Amino acid sequence: MSDLRDLYQDVILEHSKTPRNFRVQPSADHKAEGFNPLCGDRFTVYVTMDGGAIKDVSFQGSGCAISKASASMMTQSVKGKTMAEAEKIFKRFHEMVTGHAESNTGESELGKLTVFSGVSEFPVRVKCATLAWHTLHAALEGKQDPVSTE
Amino acid sequence: MTTATRGLHVVKPGDHALDVARVRADFPILATEIHGKPLVYLDNAATSQKPQAVIDTIMRYYQDTNANVHRGVHYLSETATEDYEASRRTAQQFINAPHLHEIIFVRGTTEGINLVAQTFGRTRVGAGDEILITAMEHHSNIVPWQILCDEKGAKLRVAPINDNGELLLDEFAKLLGPKTKLAAVTHVSNALGTVNPLQRMVELGHAHNVPVLVDGAQAVPHLKVDVQALDCDFYTFSGHKVYGPTGIGVLYGKTALLESMPPYQGGGDMISSVTFDKTTYNKLPYKFEAGTPDIAGAIGMGAALKYVNGLGIDKIGAHEHDLLEYATQTLSAVPGLRLIGTARDKAAVVSFVIEGVHPHDIGTILDQQGIAIRTGHHCSQPIMDRFGIPATARASFAVYNTRAEIDALVQGIEKVKEVFA
Repeated sequence: MSDLRDLYQDVILEHSKTPRNFRVQPSADHKAEGFNPLCGDRFTVYVTMDGGAIKDVSFQGSGCAISKASASMMTQSVKGKTMAEAEKIFKRFHEMVTGHAESNTGESELGKLTVFSGVSEFPVRVKCATLAWHTLHAALEGKQDPVSTE
Repeated sequence: MTTATRGLHVVKPGDHALDVARVRADFPILATEIHGKPLVYLDNAATSQKPQAVIDTIMRYYQDTNANVHRGVHYLSETATEDYEASRRTAQQFINAPHLHEIIFVRGTTEGINLVAQTFGRTRVGAGDEILITAMEHHSNIVPWQILCDEKGAKLRVAPINDNGELLLDEFAKLLGPKTKLAAVTHVSNALGTVNPLQRMVELGHAHNVPVLVDGAQAVPHLKVDVQALDCDFYTFSGHKVYGPTGIGVLYGKTALLESMPPYQGGGDMISSVTFDKTTYNKLPYKFEAGTPDIAGAIGMGAALKYVNGLGIDKIGAHEHDLLEYATQTLSAVPGLRLIGTARDKAAVVSFVIEGVHPHDIGTILDQQGIAIRTGHHCSQPIMDRFGIPATARASFAVYNTRAEIDALVQGIEKVKEVFA
């Protein structure tokens, strides 16, 4: 079962049980909805900007352990970052979970998010891990339509 | 056996004489190992596995008799046509349809429903009319009617279900009226396992002169279907859920209705004569079978239905009921597990949720132990909404499953709880 432990690391399980920044921001400047039709995961991501930086980011919704933990840890990692910095972390994160990361180049940027590296062994769960990120991306871009991972 | 009286019952030893070990040997895929563990395949409501007889039949067609049907005068074409039409007869007998020409080959249940929506529906349904479905339909028996209703300005009405996942028959009856042009209902719910009181529903529909279409995708593999006894107007099912290949299924319709309906698609085979001024359509069932059909699929499905006949659908049903009852008992005993769909009359499906664990995570952890179940909304999002859950985990049974596999499922669930402890 070592594979399973690679996926369900303690940090991930802990975040899925007590997600951070799990709240609605009624006055957020940016918000977007994300939906994973395969498993029914559904999140709304809220962003409040301060100048060029992400002042506050939060999320609400329901999903599996991977998608929820990923959303929770995403909010922690992008808070205080600029849009460009957040997008860069997403790019590195995406490369890591899809198994396309060039040897450790992004690790310093990813920080704690490297706990999701095990996802690359479970291709059907990549969408779970990236749902919140796609939704954040849509929120920052000001997209109106809900994001779908299909 | 009528569906109305068919409930969960205790299967006594000797009640069924199905030799499951021998049945399992007919399905080569069951010897597969997944992640180093023996495959426990409990996703039969999505698609069943295929016995060697079906695989061989399809291979033999391509190897020995491949040719197009209904048009060649040469030997191979005649043979292919004979085999293709023999499968139609097998399907006819399987659901006890009165006439061979009432059996239309389609790609599957979804296409069967769309065919009726686009032919019967487009000519019979107008502004202000109503189509009646139930709250436990698969998306394939919702969306085609929504498309039709949008186009025609008609209204989709939905008969509700109770907390056990049983249809509220009185409410269904109340929703039938002069505006109702068709009732489209599932025989067995794919997400809940509920067996609907179809006979009664058809009677109610007919009392209002409303024809009834039945989605039989989840029923045909598990219980004896007799379209004459049911007196339904349309009945449709998929080959791949009843041990046959994907891409092929059957739509049964009563002759008078089929005769009155315009063609579904235009093309070869569905015509008698074509000029640029006028085309005369072919007779039934070919009017609805445009283009070269899935010949190998139809022949393969015929082999699958014969395989089921060989085992006996009643014996299959009894075996699956034993599994259903055993699974219901053992899963109910798991702390934190809640069954979704507890109708008195069920077939071969156990849907459940576990407190604190999303079904998708259950699916991944079970998969690592070689256990294949379905997780998600099962193409039935309105049912999930009805029960206030985003998704369920679903184990569904077939003739080759065993009590030992249900034990493996329960052990697998213990592992899930361990990971999430």
